Amino acid sequence: MAYMTLKDIDVRYDKKKQVLKGLDLEVKEGELVSLLGPSGCGKTTTLRVVAGFIEPESGVFSLDGEDLTKVPVHKRNFGIVFQSYALFPHLSVYDNVAFGLKMRKLDKGQIEQKVKNILEICGLSEFEKRFPQQMSGGQRQRVALARALVIEPKLLLLDEPLSNLDAKLRINMRMEIKRIQKKLGITTLFVTHDQEECFSISDKVAVMNQGVIEQFDTPENIYQRPKTEFVARFIGFENFLSLKKEGNVYKTEAGAVFTVETVKDGDFVAGTIRPEDIRIAGEKEDHNVLSGTVGVRTFLGKSYQYEVLTAEGKFLVSRPAEEVYEEGSTIRLYLPESKLILVNK
Amino acid sequence: MRKNKMLTVFAVFVFGFLILPLIIITITAFGKGSAITFPIESFSVKWFVKVFTIKSFRISFLTSLEIAMLATVIALLVGIPAAYALARSGLKGKGLIKSVFLSPTIVPGIVIGFVLYQFLVLSLRVPVFIGLLAGHFMVTLPYVIRVVGSSLEQFDFSTEEAAWSLGCGKIRAFFKVVLPNITSGISAAFMLAFINSFNNIPVSMFLSGPGVSTFPANLMNYIEYNYDPTVSAVSVLLMAVTVLMMVIVDKTLGIAALAK
Repeated sequence: MAYMTLKDIDVRYDKKKQVLKGLDLEVKEGELVSLLGPSGCGKTTTLRVVAGFIEPESGVFSLDGEDLTKVPVHKRNFGIVFQSYALFPHLSVYDNVAFGLKMRKLDKGQIEQKVKNILEICGLSEFEKRFPQQMSGGQRQRVALARALVIEPKLLLLDEPLSNLDAKLRINMRMEIKRIQKKLGITTLFVTHDQEECFSISDKVAVMNQGVIEQFDTPENIYQRPKTEFVARFIGFENFLSLKKEGNVYKTEAGAVFTVETVKDGDFVAGTIRPEDIRIAGEKEDHNVLSGTVGVRTFLGKSYQYEVLTAEGKFLVSRPAEEVYEEGSTIRLYLPESKLILVNK
Repeated sequence: MRKNKMLTVFAVFVFGFLILPLIIITITAFGKGSAITFPIESFSVKWFVKVFTIKSFRISFLTSLEIAMLATVIALLVGIPAAYALARSGLKGKGLIKSVFLSPTIVPGIVIGFVLYQFLVLSLRVPVFIGLLAGHFMVTLPYVIRVVGSSLEQFDFSTEEAAWSLGCGKIRAFFKVVLPNITSGISAAFMLAFINSFNNIPVSMFLSGPGVSTFPANLMNYIEYNYDPTVSAVSVLLMAVTVLMMVIVDKTLGIAALAK
């Protein structure tokens, strides 16, 4: 049963540019779901629709069975962490965190107890009296998180919260976020353009492109079984060949025959494979084979990476360091049917 | 290094050009003779005393203070929401509206004075004081919108969104989160607007009427008929007040607030 639902959401800016096109998304209670995609794909817009900063042109946003599409931001009770942290510069850490509770008119003792508790969870107890500008990026980030969590929100929304931190801190913080999220069991929507960050933290990932969700799945499935060429490219696949279905097999335009383990609807698809999964074809292999000329060779320590120019375009092939192919020589690449993944174009 | 020396000489020259007249005026204010002379022959503070004995000075000074204060406060009340709306909305004609608001700084004061005279005094026959106030409001409003506007531009609006998300309604969030973070801009706007209103001559010249005249206008009148060190003494007093205000601003907000 879905806890949070976005149904058929349309958003346009200035009545012209359509940013979200009939977007659907369902999130279960307690899940951490990431919206992943390149800039301009609509992921932040989706988050802002959920937050209530943008009212969609059409479509319904509901939470726990309640239609919230037209409910104003301040009545939604969601915790939001912004990319810029958006702490109140004129208030101390304590007052920043207490802000939401004061708005709810809790009595002083209750506020103090809740603030102290969340500051402890976020590892901020000693910083109570500091002001935001006296703190480091990571600390501010945690204040922003504490401030969003202390109101016991029904939903936690994170808008690229880690992008202003340096690499090491980012890794620590994302584990921290996941730990706190699991501990409180709060349903979370996380916007990011960093796939590693997103895979490491999420229960499920929605890969977005041009206002629609291309694939909504577990990180493992997205990494191993991308559904579309866009998703495959976004998560790092670089070798693509166009295939046409003929009977039980697929053929390239040049007529080379390919078989694949997985099934895919549609007659025109693309095949993709990781560089390390490509092998060198032996004498007996007569299908799943591409011939090409070795181009640039790059030494990567354990292996060499070759650029192989084939009739289907450039292929990146990774081979162990013991096996060396000279530039300009001709080789036959074997794309094992268990490793070749079919995606929609 | 030679180049730097040249620059220093040039800078000293420019500063000298700006400051020397002020020093000379200050010195002449302490002269004993009944005409402004430099250098002075003997020392006296009698002209400072005289400033306070001239009744028209006293009255017009209070009028100016009153006008400047009221005009500035009204300009703040109108200008802050206007600046906020301009900074926040994605309105189409934003640039145009901004230019309209700022136009009184571009249109010569004498033109504004004349237009208001024609419109308010001759056509509408509003009372002199109200007309004067309206004119000064027009003079001060652009400063408020400019200074508060630039202060708002540096304000991260996601902070305001954060307040909404924490259960704060929009109007309340403006007072609780936006206003406290643009106070330096507001004080700077207040200072600039106040000083500009207080010093304004062209608009006041047209809109002054029987019994109501501003201090600078009165001073101009005085100079036309009396060329004695009283004028120097008044100038020194005005400078002192301005410097004092600047010091207060610097001590409380930092002078950078004015330059923003």
